Amino acid sequence: MSKVSTEAPVIKTGAQSHEVRSEDVTPLQVLSPDGEVVNPERMPKLSDDQLKEIMYRMVFTRTWDDRAVNLGRQGRLGFYAPVSGQEATMVGSEYALLKEDFICPGYRDMPQLVWHGLPLYQAFLYSRGHQHGGQIPEGVNVLMPQIIIGAQILHATGIAMGFKLKGEKRVAITYTGDGGSSEGDFYEGMNFAGSFKLPVIYFVQNNGYAITTPFAKQTAAQSIAHKALATGIRGQQIDGMDVLAVISAVQEAAEVGRNGGGATLIEALTYRFRPHSMADDTTKYRTKEEEQEWNLRDPLVRFGKFLEKKGLWNEEDTARVKEEAKNAVNEHIKKAEQTEKMTVAGLIDSMFETTPAYLEEQKADFQ
Amino acid sequence: MAQMNMKEAIRDAMRVELKRDPNVILFGEDVGKVGGVFRATEGLQAEFGDTRVFDTPLAESAIGGLAVGLGTQGFRPIAEIQFVGFIYEALDQMFVQAARMRYRSGGRYHAPIVFRTPFGGGVKAAELHTDSLEGLAIQTPGIKVVIPSNPYDAKGLMISAIRDNDPVFFMEHLNLYHAFRDEVPEDDYTVPIGKAKVVREGKDVTILSYGLMVHTSVKAAEELEKSGISAEVIDLRTLLPLDIDTIVASIQKTNRAIVVQEAQKTSGAAAEIIAQINEKAILHLEAPVLRVAGPDTVYPFAQVEDAWLPSVARIVKSVNQVLQF
Repeated sequence: MSKVSTEAPVIKTGAQSHEVRSEDVTPLQVLSPDGEVVNPERMPKLSDDQLKEIMYRMVFTRTWDDRAVNLGRQGRLGFYAPVSGQEATMVGSEYALLKEDFICPGYRDMPQLVWHGLPLYQAFLYSRGHQHGGQIPEGVNVLMPQIIIGAQILHATGIAMGFKLKGEKRVAITYTGDGGSSEGDFYEGMNFAGSFKLPVIYFVQNNGYAITTPFAKQTAAQSIAHKALATGIRGQQIDGMDVLAVISAVQEAAEVGRNGGGATLIEALTYRFRPHSMADDTTKYRTKEEEQEWNLRDPLVRFGKFLEKKGLWNEEDTARVKEEAKNAVNEHIKKAEQTEKMTVAGLIDSMFETTPAYLEEQKADFQ
Repeated sequence: MAQMNMKEAIRDAMRVELKRDPNVILFGEDVGKVGGVFRATEGLQAEFGDTRVFDTPLAESAIGGLAVGLGTQGFRPIAEIQFVGFIYEALDQMFVQAARMRYRSGGRYHAPIVFRTPFGGGVKAAELHTDSLEGLAIQTPGIKVVIPSNPYDAKGLMISAIRDNDPVFFMEHLNLYHAFRDEVPEDDYTVPIGKAKVVREGKDVTILSYGLMVHTSVKAAEELEKSGISAEVIDLRTLLPLDIDTIVASIQKTNRAIVVQEAQKTSGAAAEIIAQINEKAILHLEAPVLRVAGPDTVYPFAQVEDAWLPSVARIVKSVNQVLQF
């Protein structure tokens, strides 16, 4: 006779209850807003030159954002999603990767692509609506910015599976915003990664708003990081205005992934100082007080203070980088503007490896 | 040569390609150990291992996205969507992400993916298992649409689809999986994508069709022959790209045509086929090109399926209409 248990089946939840519970999380922080190291164990190992390089990239990105907004107003750029305020998440998370790691960006994540190797003029071409903007150079491991919020999450999952199948010690990282965490693809991607134990990092830049919709309207979950619980992957929350916390968290997640430990969801708390897009008006849904409060957490100010105390950075350095960035933007926007115009025939030929007869016929109308 | 039904021929095509190319991988819901709900992938995991042929969690969008991601890394995924009605869950990945990958990246990336899905009526299946959704696909730039009607074509077209460096939507009619056996070569061969086949020669009228309706059309042609009407039946085999040259050549001979499809009248491929005939062969037509199709309702409840699906009688009636125009 076999024994049949009369007790209710047990599903382990971590809590002594039939309800799934979880603890509050505290965002990982390495630097205080005053630039003091508050968490020395999590301080990434970085040389002075590396620290300066990170600051260089953040100042460069802020200046590029300033210029891009102006270029947009002049009609010299098209679609553009501002990034000011998110330099720590963007620059820091890319800096924590290796060049062979793969980035699947959302539409706001152009800085990660550029720092991973996409030439700046191609970023401008993407903004202007030119196909060459998406012709990623060989050896630069990124996809084009993704407009369909959530789609890139699944691509990163598939790419990570490719790395695992080939036995390569590489990770894929993908980005979305707080609004994106409500998409089905967000859950599906993390769930697949959990099931297959894939080397992938789901990096959510929670800037508090999805266009005009505040985070509180996206979910009643305690945090986005908590959503990892549903899929069995690691979940973390970090201070997204602290570049060293970002680097520490991403380096750790990448190591976990490379060593077969599976995926990590990182929720970075950040803020965009500018509107969602050039067509957005923040005065309709944000308060001055809120903006001022977040300005005090400006990642450039915080990291700048830290570097100044170490004697690695000063105001002249910032001014010099701004000048360099302006010159680079000028040079690259010119290059973008001088890029050969596209033709309909060229577009037709880029649809398939071999252009089928019906498209050849349609091409004739445009030659 | 071996005798195979269409399901076995499709499986054999996948087996040939899994063996030939280590980058070919196959996945979907229940395709691994069990070999699929129709056993179309039976034995493949045992032969090639669970890193080449594997089950996924139940989420069609992620199956599509997995294929797109893997496609950028040199793999050639065959992704199965268990039933056609579930492609809606995966439409973004199939018809946006995969279909546009080459174009969006200016050729830097591409999507060498076969999306397989069973479809098609007459089997009394549950809701959303049998709808004819090829019309959605043919309106999608960047994806090819293949629908075989017999074992020989199914194997040759599947091998072509797997080797194609662009995404192919490969629709397998449920009613044809086990319908009959054919001589199918055991080694590899291809049937070109984009080429129709004249399955029955005739001189009075052209019947254009695909999928199960090819067989219904042949039966109708046999019926018409009893009245001395000679119908030419063409199996389109691929809906995108459409083999308009074979269609026009037939109409030049018969001067009359109808299109028979299982999809609803304003869905499917018939309207596009007729538009192309108008552009290329209007001066050869003695009558308008008519459609035999399902009515524009939601796909029927199982109990009324047989009355709903295009029948031999409706095809015969339609042919008589164009002949007597």
